[in-house]
Amino acid sequence: MSLLEINDLHVEFRLDAGTVKPVNGVSLSVEAGQTLAVVGESGSGKTATALSILRLHPTPPCHYTGGEILAGGRDLLRLPEREMRRIRGNEIAMVFQDPMTSLNPLKTVGAQIAESLRLHQGLSRSEARAQAVEALREVGIPHPEQRAGEYPHQFSGGMRQRVMIAIALACRPKILIADEPTTALDVTVQAQIMELLAALQERFGMAIVLITHDLGVVARSADQVLVMYGGRPVELAAVDDVFDGPRMPYTKALLRSMPRSDVPGGAPLDPIPGSPPNLFAPPGGCAFHPRCALAMPECATQVPPLLERAPGHSAACLLEGSP
Amino acid sequence: MAEPLLSLRHVRKEFSSKVVAVDDVSFDVHPGETLGLVGESGCGKTTLTRLILRLVEASGGEIWFDGRELLGLRQKELLAVREDMQVVLQDPYASLNPRMRVGEIVAEPLVTHGRVRRRSAAARERVAELLDAVGLEAGSQDRFPHEFSGGQRQRIGIARALALEPKLVICDEPVSALDVSIQAQIINLMKRLQAERGLTYLFVSHDLSIMRQIATRVAVMNLGRIVELAGTETLFTAPRHPYTHSLLSAAPVADPKVERTRRRIVLKGDPPSPADPPSGCSFHTRCPAARAECSATRPPLAPQESPGHTAACLFPVSDVAALT
Repeated sequence: MSLLEINDLHVEFRLDAGTVKPVNGVSLSVEAGQTLAVVGESGSGKTATALSILRLHPTPPCHYTGGEILAGGRDLLRLPEREMRRIRGNEIAMVFQDPMTSLNPLKTVGAQIAESLRLHQGLSRSEARAQAVEALREVGIPHPEQRAGEYPHQFSGGMRQRVMIAIALACRPKILIADEPTTALDVTVQAQIMELLAALQERFGMAIVLITHDLGVVARSADQVLVMYGGRPVELAAVDDVFDGPRMPYTKALLRSMPRSDVPGGAPLDPIPGSPPNLFAPPGGCAFHPRCALAMPECATQVPPLLERAPGHSAACLLEGSP
Repeated sequence: MAEPLLSLRHVRKEFSSKVVAVDDVSFDVHPGETLGLVGESGCGKTTLTRLILRLVEASGGEIWFDGRELLGLRQKELLAVREDMQVVLQDPYASLNPRMRVGEIVAEPLVTHGRVRRRSAAARERVAELLDAVGLEAGSQDRFPHEFSGGQRQRIGIARALALEPKLVICDEPVSALDVSIQAQIINLMKRLQAERGLTYLFVSHDLSIMRQIATRVAVMNLGRIVELAGTETLFTAPRHPYTHSLLSAAPVADPKVERTRRRIVLKGDPPSPADPPSGCSFHTRCPAARAECSATRPPLAPQESPGHTAACLFPVSDVAALT
């Protein structure tokens, strides 16, 4: 049974410079113990989708113009803000990309972990403090009793990201949203954090929505993959199907264009021409058609629907046929 | 083999007398090759490029470029050398002046070195050639950087670096700020320009997949030192230093089947601080194969089996299984 289900989500930012639609018709679902990776380049709508789950976009300018986000039998888009606050950091938690700017520099890390425990679980000050030390221990921070009393600047980048994970997991959320959790980290530290997340997921059985631009990270940790391009979902399938048999030309081109560390150099790479679309002036039809080697005239006018092309494998491309 | 274009000998840089950012670094870069410099944040790779460009003054050692020793040169002599040595920077948003038009940006090195006059017809003509070489329209001259995407801005930065027809181009993470689909465009462009113009690159990156695609040889840096140097294929297929093994093992590969089956080294603990480096081998605190001697003796770069392969390890490792 899925813990989180998004159906046909539409989000708009109404800005002075014009209206931007970063999320158009995203649907996904994640089950307990599973990881869904949302992959895309800058401006693809992946982070906008992630922030929508916890309704973290400020309104205005953001408007949730359609669809539903179902978790625990409720539609999060229709909950009053007061109830939403009970869910954030409790049932659904989030880890952000940059641990330096998402931690409060003026509070000890112990106090920052204790904050959500006191708020959501009604623990006393001393109980919350003891729990915070346990939370630091769980994420592999040495000497947690001492470290709980220290400030974020006293931690390395990798240790700060462990603190972020400790805060996120303190209330044992059912769903964890991780937005580029290792992008700011060095590669050896990234490997440590990914191992940690996998171990904690196995232990607590949470569902993870992993937002990333890195196909290597996807290959290592995802069960399901949603590929986004220009604010739309373009392919959704099990991780092996996406890498072995991609159906959307964008996914195919992206996999071909990637420099790989396990393939000898020498031959020229196979880049995708052009640039990702400008969301203020998105191309008509399929957002990828100006860069697509296989584009047909109708691709410029018709938006291809995301349809199931094989069991469990959806793709949005007119070449795959329309209904 | 021809004389190296760039030679570093025992180059050292201390900041505020405590932090040794670059420690006894020696290597050669040969004409027409790409020497890759790979390492994690804080390893000293960017400082090293600044020492070569003399944007930061070295604390010791020698840097020979095209037959001249750079560290002893006066500012005026340095200006002449810099015509042959240009740089492409990481952030194409921060490295182009937002108030200058693209034509002025690309012409600036030519004007500075007295090759053309500002806003002259000759300058426009030369800039048009350069923009064409990097795949931008000549009409781009009259536009401002903000009108371009990240990949296009990096092309502008490359055109500027090529304006003086340098021998050496130092590239500091030139594709790291770009989207995946754009990285391949820029790498192909840089390889093509190298072949057409006989350029030599010193290419700094933390990204091993990019390194394998562009470098002729790769030097691995850790805490201010070169710990391994080899031809690219040797480094990727037969590394000897446990740190190199760890980097290769940590970098995820875009193939779920490979990821499920590969042996992975997961290091314990944090990278040490450059302000408080460990004794002996700088990697011994995290090394899965460290022995007692490793904390006492600092290993020098020593030759390995294949020619040109050196590694700074007392107990070099061939089989990654020994580390997992």
